[in-house]
Amino acid sequence: MPIRALSDGGGPVPRTGLVAAFPPLTLLVMLGPVAAGLAGTLLPAFGYLPAAGLSTLSLDPFRSLLDWPGLGAATRLSVSTGLLATALALAAVTLLFAGWSGTRAFRVLERLLSPLLSVPHAAMAFGLAFLIAPSGWIARALSPWATGWERPPDLLIVHDQLGLAMVAGLVAKEMPFLMLMGLAAMGQADATRRMRVAQAAGYGRVAGWLKSVFPAIYAQIRLPVYVVLAYSMSVVDVALILGPSTPPPLSVQVVRWMADPDLAMRLTASAAAMLQLALVIAALILWRAGEWAVARLGQAWIARGGRGRAADQLLRPLGVVAGAFSALAVLGGIACLAVWSFAGFWGFPDPLPNGFDMRSWARHGPEAWQATGATALIAGIATALALILVIGCLEAEYRRDRALTQAGLWLVYLPLVVPQIAFLPGLQTLFLTFGLTAGTIPVVIAHLVFVLPYIFLSLGDPWRAWEPRTGIVARALGTSPSGVLWRVRLPMLARPILTAAAVGIAVSVGQYLPTLLAGGGRVATLTTEAVALASGGDRRAIGVYGVAQTLVAMVPFAAALLIPALLWRNRRGMHG
Amino acid sequence: MADGLTLDRVSITRAGREVVALDRHVAPGEVLSVMGPSGVGKSTLLSLITGTLAPAFRFDGRVLLDGADISRAAPEARRIGILFQDDLLFPHLSVGANLAFGLSPGGSAAERRRKIAEALEEIGMAGFAERDPATLSGGQKARVALMRMLLSEPRALLLDEAFSGLDADRRDQMRRLVFDRARDRGLPVIMVTHDKADADAAGGPVVTLGG
Repeated sequence: MPIRALSDGGGPVPRTGLVAAFPPLTLLVMLGPVAAGLAGTLLPAFGYLPAAGLSTLSLDPFRSLLDWPGLGAATRLSVSTGLLATALALAAVTLLFAGWSGTRAFRVLERLLSPLLSVPHAAMAFGLAFLIAPSGWIARALSPWATGWERPPDLLIVHDQLGLAMVAGLVAKEMPFLMLMGLAAMGQADATRRMRVAQAAGYGRVAGWLKSVFPAIYAQIRLPVYVVLAYSMSVVDVALILGPSTPPPLSVQVVRWMADPDLAMRLTASAAAMLQLALVIAALILWRAGEWAVARLGQAWIARGGRGRAADQLLRPLGVVAGAFSALAVLGGIACLAVWSFAGFWGFPDPLPNGFDMRSWARHGPEAWQATGATALIAGIATALALILVIGCLEAEYRRDRALTQAGLWLVYLPLVVPQIAFLPGLQTLFLTFGLTAGTIPVVIAHLVFVLPYIFLSLGDPWRAWEPRTGIVARALGTSPSGVLWRVRLPMLARPILTAAAVGIAVSVGQYLPTLLAGGGRVATLTTEAVALASGGDRRAIGVYGVAQTLVAMVPFAAALLIPALLWRNRRGMHG
Repeated sequence: MADGLTLDRVSITRAGREVVALDRHVAPGEVLSVMGPSGVGKSTLLSLITGTLAPAFRFDGRVLLDGADISRAAPEARRIGILFQDDLLFPHLSVGANLAFGLSPGGSAAERRRKIAEALEEIGMAGFAERDPATLSGGQKARVALMRMLLSEPRALLLDEAFSGLDADRRDQMRRLVFDRARDRGLPVIMVTHDKADADAAGGPVVTLGG
């Protein structure tokens, strides 16, 4: 048998082949639109917008932004809601981990995690609004016996001026995300043994966890926390549904200006988008300083050696309340959406409608079905492309035996930390310049920016955890590297790959701003249609769209559980 | 150059420091036992021979198989079989499909099925082709892994602590099975082990690294 003699070198022949092209290609697809979009937003912010015949640089857009009377309040809202939501979500998840990790209650929450994560932000926000509004489920449950209300009270709960309803929604939805990231970090931090040491030294659960495990966990979830902060400060759909409207948070005002038929308003929008970016950067720096201060205080606290056993009595129940809040707010809200979508006449304060019928589904179903088609098409294409790119990157990493560096990880998180509102307006302008007006392709390009990092984060760990000797054995049996990939690695990793696909689809389904801006307002997905209903207040229509949106995001997760179970029903080794 | 597996003044370095060095010839049917404490680069030596040395390592010297230099050949072109402590059967494939994965390509479907049935019979597991590998005992898994490797018709055999995972009786049985097959087929064998009894059972020369 002829042995191929290949050029010499110090080590064995690197066999990377085509996969070497994947990492640069992926970076281009993921960061190209961000960079181009930022540039496309920056130039109009200084008056340069050739599409509108404007090509002289000036500070006028910023002047007109400063002339807007709502600027102070909008800026304050953006910063306060973002910082508050992030701090509360992190504190709640920390308490939950500190007080309950390893217990049965914690495992129940772990099992709820996937459904909680897959619920789109808009559906969650609507659901929460339906729960807490003056005529919502909570008020109905307490009326009239406890409150004395015979009609909905005149209270501004949703859309409150301080943005507290919006903060509540963000906390409920971001807690599951931070919890997922924390769970991944727990394994690497060897938390169980650290806790055993702390408890053997007489520390209480919460104090022991905070002192011995938290620093390691926080180092791992720092980037996800930054994602939550940047997202919460600049979110648009949740703000439209739950946030104040006069004035709204800054990002919402940018969208309003972008939608203005007067092209000159785009300059003001771009200036505001740049201000939003600056606010996020400033908040991240502030947060970083806060980390440093907390670390110093924490070290002093650890040095004092207090065992903090008494605090468990208060802090453990608080942790479970926080966890229950997130689960009940999200899942209870979805249940409320479902009830409204089937509700006949439903007077206040009845806890349930007089009857259930299919009228809302018959009225809105056909349009929702069309939007479902568009949603599934965009999510399917974006997820398929992202999976190919991510698997190519991970395979290149494996074949070259080069682990992802810290800088590489930052690049993966970058599109999630740069506020969407800072680069999507510019991206829209660029699409228009290149004649890509509306349609599925620009929306898919915009969605890929967000689907790629989440698929990469979801698939990376299971991909790297694959036993490398399995590959060596397969090679020694005469299989080429691509043969190993197709015949051994991909089938063995079918379950995490399907889960990553479900994550990608859920991310795509939930995108509001990228769909709105890249689609030029003419691509109707379930999310854009649902958010468009926010101002109308037709609860039955919102119920239909919210339920449809949640189903489209959740069904892939069910499939990711079901398909491997069927495929490998006779393969016990595939159910680890 | 003689038939068999030759390590011709092989030296593996990492960041300029030598990890392991060996200059030996292993004749067909002979078993060379490589012993030494953990961390002296025994497994690294085997990964050089299979062609799966991590890029962080460099090496000098040549690996010859039946006189041909295979030092730079792709792992799948070398025809070097390897068994690890774990069976590493592919969990998504049936026992028969695992064997078919090893069986060198060619022949009709019926012929291939027959060869697999024979292979199973040879290790006392006739009729196991449709079984899920996860349902086998440790000894059965080890035997299937051995057969999968032999069906790929290797021209040399590497054992990386291949018997350490088995309990005492099974270990004896498995050693005999492996060494008999290697002798019958005239395969040179390099066995990495920390168990003196493995080397005694092999009966061949012993080198101790890092001692």
